[in-house]
Amino acid sequence: MIKNVSLGQYFPGNSIIHRMDPRMKLVLVVAIIVLIFLMDTLVGNLVVFGFLVLTIILSRVNIKFVLRGLKPLWFIIILTFVLNTFFYSGGTEMFSWWVFRVSEEGLMNAVRLAVRLIFLITATTMLTLTTSPIALTDGIESLLKPLKRVKFPVHELAMMMTIAMRFIPTLIEETDKIMKAQTARGAEFDSGSIFKRAAGMVPLLVPLFVSAFRRADELAFAMESRCYNGGEGRTRMKIMHMHVRDFIAMAVVAGLIVFAAFGF
Amino acid sequence: MSIELENLTYTYMPGTPFEARAVDDISLHINDGEFLGVIGHTGSGKTTLIGLVAGLLKPTSGRVLIDGADIAEKSYDRKALRRYIGVVFQYPEHQLFEETVYKDIAFGPKKTGVPEEEIEQRVRHAMELMELDFDGVKDLSPFELSGGQKRRVAIAGVLAVRPKVLILDEPVAGLDPKGRTHLMNLITHLNSEGVTIIMITHSMDDLAEYAHRVIVLNGARLVMDDTPQKVFLKEEELRGIGLDVPYVARIASALRAKGINVDNDVIRLDELEGAVKRLMTGKNGASGSGGNA
Repeated sequence: MIKNVSLGQYFPGNSIIHRMDPRMKLVLVVAIIVLIFLMDTLVGNLVVFGFLVLTIILSRVNIKFVLRGLKPLWFIIILTFVLNTFFYSGGTEMFSWWVFRVSEEGLMNAVRLAVRLIFLITATTMLTLTTSPIALTDGIESLLKPLKRVKFPVHELAMMMTIAMRFIPTLIEETDKIMKAQTARGAEFDSGSIFKRAAGMVPLLVPLFVSAFRRADELAFAMESRCYNGGEGRTRMKIMHMHVRDFIAMAVVAGLIVFAAFGF
Repeated sequence: MSIELENLTYTYMPGTPFEARAVDDISLHINDGEFLGVIGHTGSGKTTLIGLVAGLLKPTSGRVLIDGADIAEKSYDRKALRRYIGVVFQYPEHQLFEETVYKDIAFGPKKTGVPEEEIEQRVRHAMELMELDFDGVKDLSPFELSGGQKRRVAIAGVLAVRPKVLILDEPVAGLDPKGRTHLMNLITHLNSEGVTIIMITHSMDDLAEYAHRVIVLNGARLVMDDTPQKVFLKEEELRGIGLDVPYVARIASALRAKGINVDNDVIRLDELEGAVKRLMTGKNGASGSGGNA
């Protein structure tokens, strides 16, 4: 019933990109996003394109998964493209019809924006495809550490994110089980009017909430019985290390930024 | 009425790195009124198989035919299918959701189109079968019951539909000895009234005691399909795939190892008792029909 859930769309693998330090990946993705906005020329965009293609090749992620990440955004991409093409004021006119007027600059602008959007999504998709959700939260926690100085609950936040992510597959599995059990008793989740469907969700949602609360309770109990009392003095099983590959990646991105700064 | 599985195959998440074949080319004929036991170690595809039989999963390939009609067809009457096959999943108490026990048990009959005036009688009967006090329990919230009672309410909810085929996925897991005996007695009682039983279990003893036929799954494939006597003869093979034989069969083989002549198709307690009695009374006549006691 619930098929093909790729959680946080992580694509398991052991490539050089997968093995990079999550902290470095996070920082570099932010840098790449800035870079994408800086690049304004054809050459610049080609360079970014080349960089992204290289990342995809190195990560050995199936290209289908990268494109799947773009799927939900096709609508927005096409919409911005159309709006920019037809409603760009000024510029040299290419052709016009009724109230529509297409100019050379308008078309260029539309292409540029669409390409930019695709690049942005690809870059962030590559991050989530090659980094497991747990590694990602670990990285975020580590990067946010300085905020502890201003009493920001970094560890608690990261722990909540980790637990939430840990339980997504469990809850999906649970939903699937309860759905099957209720379907076997004659419940229907995929037919009828929208109101009927909403009412039909009750036999699914009530047991799901009950089990979520039960699990939360059990988990809290299990954590406390293993002496969990917050982040203070807690050591890690997996300590993150920067390796040569991380610095190489950093150098490449830094190079691109310099390249962009010199006006390409 | 009979159920026919034709080259049934089911693959989870096809085309992803998580792709896994849970049921692989299984063909099977399930007779009316049969008590079919399904065994296999964890992850061998038992639960997926019953999901397919009950029409809750759509086969990747192959067909499930009930009286010759493919249940995956759009034209197949869903409600009739739900009335025909009832499923008690593992930990059925997790499916409770209504405000009162009565409403929860009435949910299945209502959804499968049982006439309104018949529902109360059905709920009452199902509760009696599950040894629940109708007047005392019907207005309670299912969430304030004990674990064992919750399970009984959940099973009553399935029985109230009065299915012709009852599928049970480890129904006695986590029950106390009294609850186990009651439930197993109830299942055999329903079976004697003509209800086809398909039961997944890890209890070889229960199967030896009650099943007419046992199928063994290993790595998504059907590896054995025979009477419990014949299946439990293959002790080595069963152990090789993480399963075991009933304790009676183990006692019988221990006796044989000591040179005491007990037939090797002895798997039930009463059979063993008969065989031992014969050995003690007529010291010579033990070789013949040990299994007919």
